[in-house]
Amino acid sequence: MRNLRLPAALAALAIAATACSGDGGDGSGASGGQYPRNETLYTTGTAWGPPTSWNPMMRGQYAVGTIGLVYEPLFLFDPDAGEYVHWLAESDEWTADNVHQITLREGVTWTDGEPLVAEDVVTTMELGQLDGSPYSNLWTYVESVEATDERTVEVTFSDSRPQEWMNWAYTSPIVPAHIWGEMSESDVLDSANENPVGTGSYVYESHSDDRMVWERNDDWWATEALDLDMDARYIVDIVNASNEVTMGMLNQNEVDLSNNFLPGIDQVLNSDGNVTSFYDGPPYMRSANTAWLVPNLTKAPLDDVEFRQALAHAIDLQQIVEGPYSNLVEPANPTGLLPEWDAYIDHELVETEGFSYNADEAVAILEEAGYLDQDGDGFVETPDGDPISLTLEVPSGWTDWMESARLIAENAKAVGINVEAQFPEFDLLVDNRNAGEFDLIINNERQLSNTPWTYYDYLFRLPINDQQTTVNFHRYENEEAWELTEQLAAVPVDDVEAAAEITSQIQEIQLAELPAIPLWYNGLWSQSTNQHWTNWPSEHSDTPNSPATLWNGWLELGAITTLAEIEPVE
Amino acid sequence: MWRYIGRKLFVYLLTFIVAVTINWMIPRFMPGDPVRSMLSRAQVSNPEALERMTTYYNEVFGLDRSLPQQYLSFWSGLLRGDLGISTMLYPEPVLDIILRAVPYTLGLLLPAILLSWIIGNRFGAFAARSKVLDNTVLPVGYVLTATPYMWLALLLAWSLGIVAGVFPVAGGYSYSLRPDFSWMFISSLLSHWVLPFLSLFIVALGGWAIGMRNMIIYELEADYANYLQALGAPRRLIRRYAFRNAMLPQITGLAVQLGTLIAGALLTEIVFNYPGLGTLILSSLNSRDFFLLQGIFLFVVIGVLIANFIIDIVYVLIDPRTRVQMTGGSS
Repeated sequence: MRNLRLPAALAALAIAATACSGDGGDGSGASGGQYPRNETLYTTGTAWGPPTSWNPMMRGQYAVGTIGLVYEPLFLFDPDAGEYVHWLAESDEWTADNVHQITLREGVTWTDGEPLVAEDVVTTMELGQLDGSPYSNLWTYVESVEATDERTVEVTFSDSRPQEWMNWAYTSPIVPAHIWGEMSESDVLDSANENPVGTGSYVYESHSDDRMVWERNDDWWATEALDLDMDARYIVDIVNASNEVTMGMLNQNEVDLSNNFLPGIDQVLNSDGNVTSFYDGPPYMRSANTAWLVPNLTKAPLDDVEFRQALAHAIDLQQIVEGPYSNLVEPANPTGLLPEWDAYIDHELVETEGFSYNADEAVAILEEAGYLDQDGDGFVETPDGDPISLTLEVPSGWTDWMESARLIAENAKAVGINVEAQFPEFDLLVDNRNAGEFDLIINNERQLSNTPWTYYDYLFRLPINDQQTTVNFHRYENEEAWELTEQLAAVPVDDVEAAAEITSQIQEIQLAELPAIPLWYNGLWSQSTNQHWTNWPSEHSDTPNSPATLWNGWLELGAITTLAEIEPVE
Repeated sequence: MWRYIGRKLFVYLLTFIVAVTINWMIPRFMPGDPVRSMLSRAQVSNPEALERMTTYYNEVFGLDRSLPQQYLSFWSGLLRGDLGISTMLYPEPVLDIILRAVPYTLGLLLPAILLSWIIGNRFGAFAARSKVLDNTVLPVGYVLTATPYMWLALLLAWSLGIVAGVFPVAGGYSYSLRPDFSWMFISSLLSHWVLPFLSLFIVALGGWAIGMRNMIIYELEADYANYLQALGAPRRLIRRYAFRNAMLPQITGLAVQLGTLIAGALLTEIVFNYPGLGTLILSSLNSRDFFLLQGIFLFVVIGVLIANFIIDIVYVLIDPRTRVQMTGGSS
């Protein structure tokens, strides 16, 4: 039998060898070399999956920086000053109540050498007429768009909504007509667009499953026009891994800017002078959006205003802010509007009508409305005597939200409302949320923007569909509130006073009815290291104030200027 | 011999079919809809557009057909080497994505398994001979073998990566490099490989060393060892015989342990954000990418089966008893 040894050994070897072949070879074969450290900015915290698409029409799926670094909008919005910054547009003018004339900058070229022309804006807007376009609602209020000469566009509105329109104008990037005008509908909406041609400061360099690399566009128009210099020749955006990995990379100075929520980052910020955030002390981060407690208004007893008021009074926000967040966030204003929108908050009204934590008051409201503990189990029943048992759902794995949900449930139980915290998978929660099959959820999908209109759109938009995918998850039906929201959309963008008058009326309804309960301001998580790049935005007067993040939508809120302001360490 | 191999092959084939079926079933009975989650990332707000896109993608991924039909077309695709299209990395084929990740996982696993097994066995056998070593190695080995892979990985990342700063803690190669065939790239590849390799290697080492140490002691007390000793054979010779006998259960152990080792490697990859199959499993799970998940598990299953098959053949080589059985000895 000894002669069996050799063939069997060979067979084993052969199988093992075929299994290993290809080991180590990673053939995405770009030309060799290393990105020089002093010219490369490493970022992380935005991408949750490998980069697969550079198509700005596929919102939510494009590689980090596609909008902002490559494709640019007509305007930026500066949330601190509340002003629009001309970007691709050189100037703009309302020639009539319903006509907006925009003049484009001279000398802006696409990276394929073609100049930026008015036709590009027209084509971009017309892409909104495709079904499935991310801004197909544009054409519900735009009547026509016309290129009156090489660099001038005239937009005529059937229903003038400046606030809504300007929101589009600074969030939506312009694409080149000579490329996108000739693409088929499915290519526009569905192709990966591997070779993005934009006007922006960066061009595609390379990518792999765990990173996206951008290279500086040396012919960028803003270098001359706005004196913005990108010192980073390369931007390497690293796909998110775990908190531990990000923390480790920050400590090793392998990443310069992290936009992750890192629990316990306050300790690092306090002890390690090399890692900095916007504020030196709590809350360390600026606010980015409001986390709302969203009740399902189609279900009893959540359809009862008194019950919602009692619930709102029962929640001890300070405990959440100090507990799970260790002061990294701030409690929200009862209107839910972000600090940047302070001018739109009716503070007198909030003073008298706004809710605050008061457990006794919560019990009193419940009693008055007839919610009493009749069977002595420690929890109140409806006035009809039916037991109440609610669930509060937050996505599994979102540890800060899970802790907060537990605290909210405890707070509610303390006043006799039976709330149970549950942690389903994110996708399941989204399905249930969209279909209206939930009791209570926490949601923060609306970000800081040019106008509080986006928040009221989120709270009040009608009509209610079977699937509510982006707004009004609570299914609140109030014609008056929605009408006021539409009026707000129609206020000229620079007329803050007129807008504040309308928001005050809206807040009166909102505070009385509490369709959703504002909880805390989620932070613009941003921690940066000063080892290789400095001059990060902070509260100090000698540094920029713009947001330091690559989150989708934030480059247009001024983060692009942050990239021009940071300086390499020699 | 051929009957033996044939019988083994049949068992493996059966295992394969069952594994593939379970593998196909699990993601389909998980909550969540891959198309819906893909579209919700696209933030389509217009309900009509959403409806139309859902139908379109359901058709693209074949999710509009009945479950039995999906099952059959899955098999027919599988036999043609077509694992479908990923929803997470739409529109890339699953196979391409997996083939990109496999070298990293194999590059970690093979050296870790083989080296830990070889060194662990030698070391265990050596330790059995020395009282001092035995008293120290045994407890340390027990601690090591009970250590969860990812916990040790975190510990290593913290101590050697963050505190000492010797090794990088994340990625498959430096984020400042483009893959090419240069010394710089290969050294970066190696330095990123060390920590994940070590955490797998050290845990497995403890297990093998303990097993070998126990086996050697057992074998040295066996009748044949005593008999040899009575005949006056040199101790080295006895030990050699004992070692060869003690190897057999260790090889069986290797086959049994393979699954655990692979699971450990997958977790370790996640800790180090190493771009292998483990990290891929996590991200495909997070984005409900059935097709990718299915493909990866399939690869793991095939890998384990092939490795077991190799061990079966090796066993024939080193254990004469199996050969005697095959040629019609007692069965």
